Amino acid sequence: MESKSSDRRKFLKNTAAFVGAAAAAAAAGRPVSGETPMSEMEMPDLAAAIAYGQRSPYVKSKRIPVLERMSPDDFGMTFHVTSPLQDAVGIITPSSLHYISTHRGSYVPNINPAEHRLMIHGMVDRPLIFSVDELKRLPFVTRTHFLECLGNRAKASHKTVQESHGLTSCSEWTGVPLSLLLKEAGVQSSAAFIVAEGAETVKGATSIPIAKAMDDCLIVYGQNGEALRPHQGFPIRLLVPGFEGMHNVKYLRRIKVVEKDYMTYNDYGHLVPDARVASLTRVIGPKSVITFPSGEQKLPGPGFYEITGLAWSGTAAIRSVEISTDGGQSWKAAEFRTPSHPMAHVRFAYPWMWDGKECVILSRSTDEAGQRQPTRAEAAKYWNMTDDKDFRVPGADNSVFPWRIAGDGSVHNGLA
Amino acid sequence: MGAFTMDWRKFLLLVAVMSLAPLANAQSPTYKVGRTPTAEEIQEWDISIGPDGKELPPGHGTAVEGAKLFREKQCVVCHGSKGSNGPAPTIIKSDGKTKSPYACLVPCVNDTNTIALHAQYATTMWDYINRAMPLNKQGTLKPDEVYALVAYLLFKNGIIPEDQVLDQKSLPKVKMPNRDHGALALEWKHGAPIVANYP
Repeated sequence: MESKSSDRRKFLKNTAAFVGAAAAAAAAGRPVSGETPMSEMEMPDLAAAIAYGQRSPYVKSKRIPVLERMSPDDFGMTFHVTSPLQDAVGIITPSSLHYISTHRGSYVPNINPAEHRLMIHGMVDRPLIFSVDELKRLPFVTRTHFLECLGNRAKASHKTVQESHGLTSCSEWTGVPLSLLLKEAGVQSSAAFIVAEGAETVKGATSIPIAKAMDDCLIVYGQNGEALRPHQGFPIRLLVPGFEGMHNVKYLRRIKVVEKDYMTYNDYGHLVPDARVASLTRVIGPKSVITFPSGEQKLPGPGFYEITGLAWSGTAAIRSVEISTDGGQSWKAAEFRTPSHPMAHVRFAYPWMWDGKECVILSRSTDEAGQRQPTRAEAAKYWNMTDDKDFRVPGADNSVFPWRIAGDGSVHNGLA
Repeated sequence: MGAFTMDWRKFLLLVAVMSLAPLANAQSPTYKVGRTPTAEEIQEWDISIGPDGKELPPGHGTAVEGAKLFREKQCVVCHGSKGSNGPAPTIIKSDGKTKSPYACLVPCVNDTNTIALHAQYATTMWDYINRAMPLNKQGTLKPDEVYALVAYLLFKNGIIPEDQVLDQKSLPKVKMPNRDHGALALEWKHGAPIVANYP
């Protein structure tokens, strides 16, 4: 024991010396590569860091509440919180950085999974109640899907891609197909919708057509290899691939099979006079955004860069992404650097030599259904409206978004 | 040999019949996991009120009673004394002077689309007040109180007279101003364009 203790002291002393040397090297402006870097010993709670890993203290990427309304607000409620897309790599959003939206502001519940239940009832032959453990006994699937809030609408005042597009994220989800549970319950032939309801304070509910419910919806308990996070609906949530975020009910506690749209609080909020707009509000159209170079970043000078970003569609997988570096006069194909899954983010890249001149860069995506992301001008023309600064793309805004790169390499919102 | 052949054919027939059985009723339970809720459990859990109001409980209320409850139940703390001057969504169209200092989030609720003016059915209001209000005291309102609060909001938004009694029968029949102006989304089909030929 004595010698071990002595070894430990020696180790600590040596480590301290290394740390000091590295700090001195950093202070002197010399690269520390090749020298022993500072160790995890520096961390305040080493045991906790070993039990559940943490990111490097040098990585500062974080979620930011939307500017319009703070989270938490004066009442302690959480509203809309954006994901730092400018720092993202690949297509999986770390669960800790997944954007957050709640049903018009609510408290994030702290649910004991052992006490949580899901009831399926209404127009079914056999109403059923499941515990979370029972759901986990059933055949599961694991799929990659994006989520996006209907409020993810770029404005001229937005400075960064986190502000303009940060209410979307993409995860690997694991759970039970909703169709499996509905078949167990026996859906009656006259059923037309389901009403899905959460267990949070406001018990947010939404109506979903039975055709979608019996198709590819999932009741998920897993996110990116571990349990769902409370901000994403722990212990279970509904996943409605491609449908606007609100339909993906968190803290799912009840599904009622019904004969018509039940016009819940969330449903009425989406009411518009035109069925086409209602459809474009419900399902996310093909969309894309360049995350590098993006707002408030700076290119150090002319030379080689890769333009990269994310593309997604609520209807199908993304088939292709095109890039313009001349404000939309010409378009060239980008490469995919990840698989393109249905209703998921895909990571695109476009190798590019910047000549140092001011330019506007754009991306546009096309999905496997043949839908192409419209420019604001194309959308305005379709709706017979004027494409000015006040033009608000009807439905979920999936329009092509411009970044302007100034001669000094600084990147700015092209709508401004 | 003959007997063996017969058995073998019978066996094949049996396999064929068994494999067809699930097709006869594609929705017969396969896993038999989970349990059947009791009728009481379903009644207790089911707080969904559809447009035709068939789930509405017995009870009644008027705007006069609702005005009193609006203060007593602390609705004013979040919605403001006038229903349009608090941090929570506007629920009574304003006089043009009292506006919420808080920015609207999508979907934005302001003077033009308070729930009374924008919802197609009064059941939407009954359902939401019953399930989600008051903040932090959800589930404490009695049916009479919910009817009265709906009546108050409908009256203050100019939809029903102050003395109209709302109950199981009359509430679903209230003609809401937006009743004929909201469109349901087009039929959804897997993998099909959201709107043909858009943009």
